[in-house]
Formats: sequence, C-alpha cells, structure tokens
Amino acid sequence: MSFSDNANSISWLIGGPQGSGVDSAANIFAKTCAKEGFHIFGKREFYSNIKGEHSYFTIRISEKPVNSHLEDVNMLVSFDAETVFRHADKVSPNGVIIYDSSLAETVLDEVPTIDFEANKRIGKLLQDSGLSQKLNGMLDLARSRGCTVYGLPYYEMIEAVGRNLDDPKLSKLSRVVNVMAISASLSLLGIKKDMLISAIKDVFGSKPKLLSSNIEAAEYAYSYINTKFDAKNIKCKITPNAVLKDYVLISGSQAAAIGKILGGCRLQTYYPITPASDESEFLESNQIINQVDGKRGSIIVVQTEDEIAAITMAIGAALTGVRTATATSGPGFSLMAEALGWAGMNEVPLVVTMYQRAGPSTGLPTRHEQGDLLFTINAGHGDFPKIVLASGDIEEAFYDSIKVFNFAELYQLPVIHLLDKAISSSIQTSKRFSNELKIERGRFKRDIDKDPSPGTAGHFRRFKLEDSPISTRVPLGTENAIFWNTGDEHTEEGHISEDPENRNKMMDKRMKKLELALEKIAEDDKAACYNFDSNTKNVVISWGSTKGAILEALERLTEEGSKLGFIQVRLLHPFPTGTIKKFLNNARLIIDVEMNYSSQLGSLVQQYTGREIDFKIVKYNGRPMSTTEIYIALKAILSGNNERRIVLDGGT
Amino acid sequence: MAELKLADYKTTVHNDWCPGCGDFGILNAIQMALSEMQIPRHKAVIFSGIGCSGKTPHFINVYGIHTLHGRVLPFAQGAKIANPDLEIIAVGGDGDGLGIGAGHFVGAGRKNVDIPYLIFNNEVYGLTKGQASPTLRLGEKTKSLVTPNTNNSVNPIALALVSGFTFIARSYSYDVKHLKDTIKRAITHKGLAFVDVLQPCPTYDDIHTREWFQGKNKPGSENLIPRIYKIEESGYDGIIHDESEVNKKMSKILEFSSEWGDRIPIGIFYQNELVPSFHERIAQNINDYFERPPSHQEISDAEKKPTARIDKILDKLQIND
Repeated sequence: MSFSDNANSISWLIGGPQGSGVDSAANIFAKTCAKEGFHIFGKREFYSNIKGEHSYFTIRISEKPVNSHLEDVNMLVSFDAETVFRHADKVSPNGVIIYDSSLAETVLDEVPTIDFEANKRIGKLLQDSGLSQKLNGMLDLARSRGCTVYGLPYYEMIEAVGRNLDDPKLSKLSRVVNVMAISASLSLLGIKKDMLISAIKDVFGSKPKLLSSNIEAAEYAYSYINTKFDAKNIKCKITPNAVLKDYVLISGSQAAAIGKILGGCRLQTYYPITPASDESEFLESNQIINQVDGKRGSIIVVQTEDEIAAITMAIGAALTGVRTATATSGPGFSLMAEALGWAGMNEVPLVVTMYQRAGPSTGLPTRHEQGDLLFTINAGHGDFPKIVLASGDIEEAFYDSIKVFNFAELYQLPVIHLLDKAISSSIQTSKRFSNELKIERGRFKRDIDKDPSPGTAGHFRRFKLEDSPISTRVPLGTENAIFWNTGDEHTEEGHISEDPENRNKMMDKRMKKLELALEKIAEDDKAACYNFDSNTKNVVISWGSTKGAILEALERLTEEGSKLGFIQVRLLHPFPTGTIKKFLNNARLIIDVEMNYSSQLGSLVQQYTGREIDFKIVKYNGRPMSTTEIYIALKAILSGNNERRIVLDGGT
Repeated sequence: MAELKLADYKTTVHNDWCPGCGDFGILNAIQMALSEMQIPRHKAVIFSGIGCSGKTPHFINVYGIHTLHGRVLPFAQGAKIANPDLEIIAVGGDGDGLGIGAGHFVGAGRKNVDIPYLIFNNEVYGLTKGQASPTLRLGEKTKSLVTPNTNNSVNPIALALVSGFTFIARSYSYDVKHLKDTIKRAITHKGLAFVDVLQPCPTYDDIHTREWFQGKNKPGSENLIPRIYKIEESGYDGIIHDESEVNKKMSKILEFSSEWGDRIPIGIFYQNELVPSFHERIAQNINDYFERPPSHQEISDAEKKPTARIDKILDKLQIND
C-alpha cells in the first residue's frame, strides 16, 4: 500500500555528499517553486559529518499548504552515485530520476561512504531482482517500475559552461553542479526559468562572481534538457499556482528566533549543539533590532564554555529583568537540570528552548526523535514548578516563542519550549507572521516604594507570602528592594531557612503556581483538537512535530470515509488533565502516535486521565514520521489489525 | 545622599561560621571596601557559590545571589553582561572555583567580563567536613583526611594568568587592610579580576594555620618571621603599560606563583587594562551597548505591544517582493 500525492503536487528529493551544496540547491529549488506559487515543505537529513557523507533534502511542492513529507519520491535529483543507490527504490512508478550519466557503471562496493549495513541492503535488493551491482542496475530497477531516467553528462556540461564564461578553472566551476541538477529538474517540471534566475539572485545576489557562474550553469542545464529530451510526456508535472502573496519561506529555528525577538528576548546564551545552534546563529545575525518607537534595540547572543554556563549565565541575566533564553538539545539539557531547579527555587523567569534529537547519550546526533518528553517534564531534583510547552509546527514555533516568555514572567518560573529537529531544520512556506499577542510581564516592577512591613531581617520581601503565589519581582539594581536569592530553602527575603513551617509555606507557594497556570492558560494552548467533535469515537493523540503528518493522514482517511479525531497536546507540564479528560470522554478508541520508543505521552495520558491507550504507533529509527506511514498504520488499526504497538521504520 | 557607614553594609542575619574562621576577615574587608567606595547599596550585587564562603552575601546588606556549587562565575557574568551598571562581586571557595567550577574559571578568563572574583582559599572543603580541596598539595594530610592527599594541587595564580584574567592578586584574610585595598583595586579594575585570598580554616586545616602563616615552625629562625611578604614593598609593579611588557612579567608572575612555604608573596601580580573587556567587545558589534544594555531596553509599550519590529527580517525571507 502506498500513499500517492494529490494531483497538483510532487515530492522531490536531492542528495549528494555533505559540503557539495545540497542544502543551498534545495533552498534555491524551494524558493523557485514558491515564487511560482507552490506551497513548500522541506526536510533535511544529514550525517554527523562535515564533508563527504550522504545528505539529502526532500521537498514537497503542492498547490495546497503542506506540512509533512511522504515516503515516495516523484523526482530524484542526483549528481553522485550514492544518492541513486540509496534512494532510487523510493521513486514512485511514474517518477523521474536525474543522474550523472558518466557514473552508470559505478559498482556499489566502490562507493566508500555507503556504510556496511546500507551496502548489504542495497546489494541484496539488486541481487534479488536479478540485476547487476552497478548504478545501472538501480536505474534498471526503477525503469522496470515505470520510472523515467535522465542521464546528464555533468562534466561535459560544466566544460561548456566554462567555455561560455571564458573561465578555464573547471575544478572551481564544478561546484555549480548542484545548480545544474536543480535547473534540469525544474526544466522537466515545466517551471519557468525566470523564477529560477530570480531565486538564484536571492541567494547569491551579494556575490557577483558566484552569481554569474550559477546563472550561466542554470541557463545551460535548463536549455540542455529542452533540446536533448522531450519532457512533454513526463508524468510528474505541475501547473503553476496563484502567486503566494505575503508568504515567507522559513525554517523552524528561524521562526523561533524571530518569535524571540518580537517577544522581547534580549539575551540568549548557548553552547554549540545540533540542531539547536542554528537558532542562536540566526539571532546573532539579527542582533540589532528595529523598534516601532524608532529607537534601536539589540539582542546579545553569548556562546559559553558549556551548557551549565549557558543556563546559569542566562539566569544571572534574567535577574536583571531581561527576558533571557538559552537554546539546547538533549545532551546539553541534561547538563542544565541542576540550574533549572535553582531557577524554580528562586522564581526566575527563564526560557529554555529545547530542540530534541535522537538520544540517548550522543544517540543519532543529527536525526529525529521526540524522546525527551518525560525527561524534560521531570528534569531537576526535588519538586519545583516549571512549564513545558510543545509546538506542533513552524508557525506554532513562532507564536509559542512569544507565549513562553509570557508564561515565564506571569508565573515567575522556568519554561521549556519543546521543539525537535523535524521542526527546527525543516522549511515551509508560511503566511507572514502577524502578531496580536501582548507582552505580559506579570508582577514585574522597576520602581518600588520602601516596604512598610519588611521581613524579619528588615528587608524587602521578594518571596512575600500572600494570597497569590506570585510575588512582586524587581530587577537587581532597584532601590528600596534589596533581596537575596539562594538555592537553599529561604525566607520571604531570600535568606537561608531550615524552619519546617517556613519550608511548607514556601513549597506550597511555589507549587501552587502550577495550579494557577492551569487555571489561566488558554484552552488552545493546553491542547488543540482537529477533525473532532463531541461524538468523535476514534481519537489520535500526539504532541509536537508529528502534527502535520497526522493531519494529512486523517484528511485522506476522512475522504475515504473513516473519520478520526486528533488531539494535539501542547501543554505537557503541568498536565492539562481536565482538558484531555473532556476530549477523551466519548472516545472509544485511543491511538497514541509518537516519535519515541516508549510512548511517553501515552504514559502521561494513562497516569493523569486513567484512560488506557488502545493502540500505540511509535518510531525511533531517527527519521521523522511520514504521512504515508501514519496513514498506513492507522488504516491497519481501523481494519482490525490487533497489533497493539506498531513500530514505523520509514526513511533513508 | 547621606554618607553610607560601614554598618549600613551589614545585615543582622545570624552568622554561623566557626569561631576564628578566616571568612570573617574577608567579609569585613568586602564591607569596608564597599563603604569606602560609597557604592550605593542597591547598585551592588554579591554573587557566591556553595560552601561556607557561599553564605557571604547573606551578611552583606546589598543584593545577594547565592548560586550553585561551582557556577558563581557564569551567574555573575550573565548579570553583568545584561546590566553593566551593576557593581558585581563574585565570591566562592577554592573547591567551588578550582574544582567543580574550574571550567568556568578558564571560560571566564577568555571573556574578561568586568567583575572581581574572590576565592576564599583554605585548602579544604569545610562545609562537607574537611575533604581535600584542589589547592591542598600532594601528600599533605589535614585533620579529616584518612590518608595523605593523593591529588596534586592546582596553582590558582598561574591558572588565572594562562586563562586570561587581566587582574591577578593575592591577599591574606588576617591582613584585612591589605585585603580591603586589594579588593578596591579589583573592583575598579576594568575587566575580570582574580583575588586569591589565603585563609586558614581553624576547624579542618591543621597544617596551614594562622600560627603557621605567622611563622611558627619556620626552620632556621628563633623568632616568628611571617611567611607572607608584600611584593609591592620590594618595588614590584604588576601594571602593564605596554603590551611588550607582558611576556617578561608573565615569567615573573609564574615565579611568584610557585613560591610557597617559607616565603609567600601577596599583592597585585598583574593588571592589564589593554585587553578589551567583554563589554567593549560587545560594543564593537552593538555600538550603543553601554547606553542601552539589555536590562535598559523597553520591550513593550503602554498597551503591552512589542516594541520590536520584525518586518525587515521577514522581508529577507519573503518569497515575492
């Protein structure tokens, strides 16, 4: 069973050695298609390596908004042998493969970057099909399924471009092979050349020499296809859409960074880690901030010696009244656990943007997983309040980046914004963000009168015990408000206290913030439901980046007459028990979908609502869930499959 | 504004350090320095780590942030970067700063954030009952150790030098005047300042006691001759006036740093304000940083709307112009 894409959309893939421009080629391709009016969803896959290992970029182009990828590829674009060996079997029956014709005789064993496991798998596939162990064998296999293959003599084409440019330095010029490959594919797809040239200008506009060679290469490859091949009959073709007005092509980490800037974050610390560093780098390259009042703002991005320094430095900065964040991934977050408790103990508003990747330990450092949910909500020793909010897609990542700062200040506690690599590194066409959200600073004050009833040591009561668990907060440096902070249990003034009565009062004060947060946080921020009404009997429950793939699978199932509701849990801690119970009240069948081994959300649902999860769909091979495989798994469950736990294994 | 007296910098919080603890001298010296410099109380913040020394802020009547074990430097740097107008002093023990926090000690040296950092150096982990700290020498056996120390010691002065601290000094907790003057110099220094404060632990360090520092058991002398001597008295000047002096002075500082036993140098070994502070480095990229540091920026207007504009950033990502 497969999942064919809608009529006016295709799934496109480019691969190549890391460092050969796969990423920039894919970005140019995506931008070209977006300029033509198509919606884009792009997904990056790469090894933990700088140069040479295989990386690839999948892009879906569609007349409708898309937010997930599929297993099948309609067009495979390559300029090396490995890409063909690794991906040709994923090309759909009517699909297209573009390859380097000079590599047709390459033998599988001669490609050193194809690891032993993959080599064995591909070798067996060829052997079982009775084909040679050569690239040609892979192509024959594709041909036998009905694919069309286009061989391009890249070397000769580069020579021709060199002649046209009057530039004999072919080794340098060979870098344009990536642009030639995408240009050829755009030509086959029938996308206008003007759009491609305009996208190349967007990317290389500031580098005139690169610009001219890339444009020449693009022009050459584009017309080469037109003159050498008859592309009229190719079956994967798309027709232009209406222009996307006021749309951006944006990655999740960019969206989160822009949200931080708008949300008032003025200091961010980080220690380099995949996939979190992209966000900090984007922030740093936008460190000067324009303001509506004409003044200039700025955000300081500090690279620290480790993640412990990153979080503690962020807390120190937050004490001066600045909205401060740090961004990291699992291994770094593990190091931050102790300091997170200090922020909880001292009621410091702090945002930790946590970009999950596949663990445990170093795990699959450049791959996908949602394996840190339980760790994140339980991070740190002892009981202290924190809020954990998970975004489901790139657009949510933007708005949530503002909301998490509001939560941090309203409730004076650390907030963890949970994202993962599937959101941070993916790109998407998105309507330009508009913002109606307000900056809520809660009980934060810059000026304060002398406390008429100071604490027992005669000082301002930063942790004043009163009706609300939220006390007045001032930045360090405020007159009349000298206070103390300590990781020890403390008095209202912040001095160390081991008194049992004070201990209970302070624990109660801090932990009550969780009740307050559950009472005040909007229902939409606790959980969102889709395809759902009070009569919905079959319910899919999930969280985070699986949202797009689930929604599209459900849309297809609805078209086929099987309606499933979807509950996307957004607030993971404190757990919105009441909201989830309400949604699950009439559910007959609950299917939990998560990109981890142990169905971590499922265990929370069981723990808090008492409802058993009927079916679990999980994935932990480091590759994100595709719409295809979720669709297939749900269909199997609906048609009476009684496997209680389905492990998905898609992806290359 | 009325003059602030020494008493104004003291809190009434009960001090639970052991009688005779060297920490008292350091506490007094910090309070005296703040008072002599008339630093407004609300403008000063003492950051501390964990251990006996970690309690210091609670006894000083300025803002006090008692942080985590080993992490005082990043906490303090974060606050100073966000608000350079604050007068921040970081304090901590030798285990705190040179054991668990050694990575931050080195990291801080590379940044050169404008703060003084005092290490209360007593060679033991006092609050956990006297284990060997990173400054206790190999083979030494203080009271609580079961066997002589199996670790070698770290040289704090040399470590500070190679890590990039731009002010390096040593003082002694029972010479409160010298210590107070050193702290004042560390506060006024532009950049990261390190003060290694030698401090007997009367409860757990039975080797390097107050009497030992006074000259007891010093071979070849009948009278007590203090082991500590002041380098300024021998005409040494640690200030770097020209980058060309650095190498020569470095070897002299390393020489000072390895002196121990019969003669222990105290004073200002090194002060180099030619190295740009972290703040000056930020101002290279954000030129109004000192006027509008993060803590001074208004992020929302009266209607709580964000002041930031993101349109130009989005323009760059826009698909069609």
